[in-house]
Amino acid sequence: MSSGNVQNQTTFLNHVADRLGRERRTTVNPPSYFSFPHQKMGKEADISELAKVLKKQCLAIHTDVREATINNLREVIDQVFVEYEAITAAVWDDPRFHQFGLDSIVERPQVSVWGEEPGREANIQAAEQADVGITFSDYTLAESGTVVIMNGAGKGLSVSLLPTNYIAIIPLSTLVPRMTQATAAIHEQAEKGRRLPACINFISGPSNSADIELDLVVGVHGPVRACYILVDDLKKEKKNEHETN
Amino acid sequence: MAMKIGGRSFDKRAEQGVRDSYMRETVRTAQERLYTNKSQAEEELGDWEEWRSLSEKIRSHTVDNLDYYLERLSENVSKNGGHVYFAQTAAEANRYIQSIAERKEAKKVMKAKSMVTEEISMNEALEATGVEVIESDLGEYILQIDDHDPPSHIVAPALHKNKEQIKDTFSRRKGYQKTSKPEELTQFVRKKLRREFLEADIGITGCNFAVAESGSVALVTNEGNARLVTTIPKTHIAVMGMERVVPTWEELDILVSMLCRSAVGQKLTSYVTGLTGPKAQEDVDGPEEFHLVIVDNGRSNILGTPFQSALHCIRCAACINVCPVYRHIGGHAYGSIYPGPIGAVLSPLLEGYEDHQDLPYASSLCAACTDACPVKIPLHELLVEHRKVIAQEKKTTLGETFAMKGFGLVASSPRLFEMAAKTAPALLAPFTNKETIEKGPGPLKEWTAIRDFPGPKKERFRDWVKERNKGGAE
Ligand code: SF4
Repeated sequence: MSSGNVQNQTTFLNHVADRLGRERRTTVNPPSYFSFPHQKMGKEADISELAKVLKKQCLAIHTDVREATINNLREVIDQVFVEYEAITAAVWDDPRFHQFGLDSIVERPQVSVWGEEPGREANIQAAEQADVGITFSDYTLAESGTVVIMNGAGKGLSVSLLPTNYIAIIPLSTLVPRMTQATAAIHEQAEKGRRLPACINFISGPSNSADIELDLVVGVHGPVRACYILVDDLKKEKKNEHETN
Repeated sequence: MAMKIGGRSFDKRAEQGVRDSYMRETVRTAQERLYTNKSQAEEELGDWEEWRSLSEKIRSHTVDNLDYYLERLSENVSKNGGHVYFAQTAAEANRYIQSIAERKEAKKVMKAKSMVTEEISMNEALEATGVEVIESDLGEYILQIDDHDPPSHIVAPALHKNKEQIKDTFSRRKGYQKTSKPEELTQFVRKKLRREFLEADIGITGCNFAVAESGSVALVTNEGNARLVTTIPKTHIAVMGMERVVPTWEELDILVSMLCRSAVGQKLTSYVTGLTGPKAQEDVDGPEEFHLVIVDNGRSNILGTPFQSALHCIRCAACINVCPVYRHIGGHAYGSIYPGPIGAVLSPLLEGYEDHQDLPYASSLCAACTDACPVKIPLHELLVEHRKVIAQEKKTTLGETFAMKGFGLVASSPRLFEMAAKTAPALLAPFTNKETIEKGPGPLKEWTAIRDFPGPKKERFRDWVKERNKGGAE
C-alpha cells in the first residue's frame, strides 16, 4: 500500500503549537489516569451472567434473541427465516459457517456468499436484494447488546447493512462485559503497528431514528429487524468444570 | 449554511421563539425525555463523577498536546494509504473538497450528518460547482427538502417540526401520499434514499472522534446512513474539527460511552463505526479512496486563552437539553448552528462577537449546563468570561460592569461560587434594572416573562425537574 499525501501539515501544526505557547512536541508522555471505572465493570461476571445481561439489553434495543446449540443452530436459523418471511440471504465467506455446521444453508441457491460473485457491484446488488444478512460476531458486548465485527475480504461491510433483516450468530465464547475489552484488543493491534481492518462495526440492534418528534422508529437506512442467535460453543469446557467442581 | 442562521436580531428571534407555542411544547417534552434518559444512563454507569473526571482528563490532555496527536493521526492515515488535508480556513477546506469532486467527476454526493460541514458551508460550495448534495440523516433530510430550514438542535436537528409539518413538506416536495405516522414517513425516506445511495459517487461524513494511534475515524450514529455513506461510494471524505482527536482506542472507549449516554441516554448507539480507510486490496466494498480534512476555521484562536476548554466539547447536546433558556426561546433564536450553552460559548469564539454578542447573555447562569457536561466544561463560567470581554470592549452600562466584577470575585472562589449558583437570583439582580435589560441581556425579558417558567429565578433547574416530576410546577 503506497502512503497517501499529507498537505499543509507543518504550517498548520506549527501554528497550533504557537497558539499553545510552546515549541512543537515530538514526544508526549502518555496521560496518567488515576481511575479506571470502565475496567471494573462486569469484571467478576462469568459467561452465563454476561449472557443474561446481553439478553436483557436486547429487549431495550428492539433485538430478537434466540438460543441454540451447535447441533440445532441450523434449525434455529431456519425458524427465524420463517418468522421474518425471508427467503434470500447474503452471508460472509467465513470458515465459521462450516465449523458451526451451516454448510447446507450456505450452499442454497437463494444464499449469496460475499466475494464469490465477481466484482463489487454484483456483491453489493446481491446484499441489497437479500431478505437477510448473516454474519458471525467477533466480540459481543454484554452491557450494550453489541456485536463487534471486523470486516475485510470475504467479510463484506454490506452484509450486515443492506439486507432487510440482520442475523448475528454469537458464539458464547465471544462474550465480554463491555466495549472496553474490544477496544483494548484493537488498541493492542494498533500498538504493534498493524493496520486495522478498514471497517470495524459496533452494531447494537436494528437501525433506528428518533428524528420525528423524538418517536423511536426502527428500521431507517439499515436493517429493519435484528436477531441475535446465541450459540453455546463452550459446552464441553462447561461439563469439565462441573466434573472438577 | 454558515454558522450564522436567521437574519434578524437576537431579541426578535428570541421573541419569535417564545411566541411559537408548538415549538416550545416540543422542546419542553424533548428536554425532559432526554434529561430522564441521560440520568438513567448515568446511574447505570456507577460512579458518573469518576467517569466525568476521567473524560475531562482525556480531553484536556489531548487538546494540550494537540499538535502531537494531529501529527500522529495524519502520519497514520497516510501510512494506511489515506490522504490528509490540513485546512486553516473554511474556504481552504471547501476548495480541497471541490477539487476531489472535480477530479472524480462526481455528480452526486451523499452526506451523513456533520456539524463541521455545516459550519464551513460545504454543501453550498459543492452545489456551486454543480454537484448534487443529499443529506441522508432523516432529520437533516427533512430540513434540506424544506428549503434548507436551519437545524435547531445539534443531535436532533428537526426537533422544532411536528409530524404534520413533515408530512406536508414530503407531499409538497416529494409527492408523498401516506399519513403522518413517523413509521410511514421513515419508510418513505428509506426507499427514496436507498436508490440515491447506490448511485452516489462520493460519501462525506463528519467525524465524532479520530484515533491518532491507528489513523481511524469513529462515527456514532443510529440510522445507519453513515455506514451506507462509507460503504457504497468509492470515495469517502471525512471532515473533522481539529480538536476531535483521541490518543488511542482506549480513550475512544470512554468518550464514546460518555457521548452515547449524554446525547441520547443509550449505552451505545446502534452503530459505532471505526473506519481505517481506504479499503484494503482484498476488500470488496468500502471506499477505494479516503480523505481526511482537518479543519481549524477559528479553533486555534481559542487555544491558549481562558476559553480553551470549549474545545473539549464532544457535541453531545446535554447542556442544551437542560438549558432553561433554550427551552423557552428554542434553537433558532441563537442565530447559530450551535445553539444552547455550548453555542453561546462557541459561536462568538469561532465567528467573533460582532454577530453573536447577545449570546453570552442568553443564560441565567444557573449552571445546569456545567453540571450536565460529560467532560466538565465550566460552561457558565465561560459565559461570564465572555460577558467580561464584551463589557470591557464595549464599556457598557455601569451596572453591568459592576455585575461582572461582582461575579468575577465570586467565581474565583469555588465555595462561594457554588453558593452563588444556588442563589442565581441575587446575581441576576443587576440585570433586572430596566435600563440594563434593554441594553444588555435583552432576551431575559422575554423568557422571564413566561408564566409557566418557575426557573432559576427561584430554584435551580435540577431541583425544578425533581419538583416537576413530583407533579409540582405548572
Ligand atoms: S459543552 Fe459539554 S454538554 Fe455541551 S455539547 Fe459539549 S460536551 Fe456536551
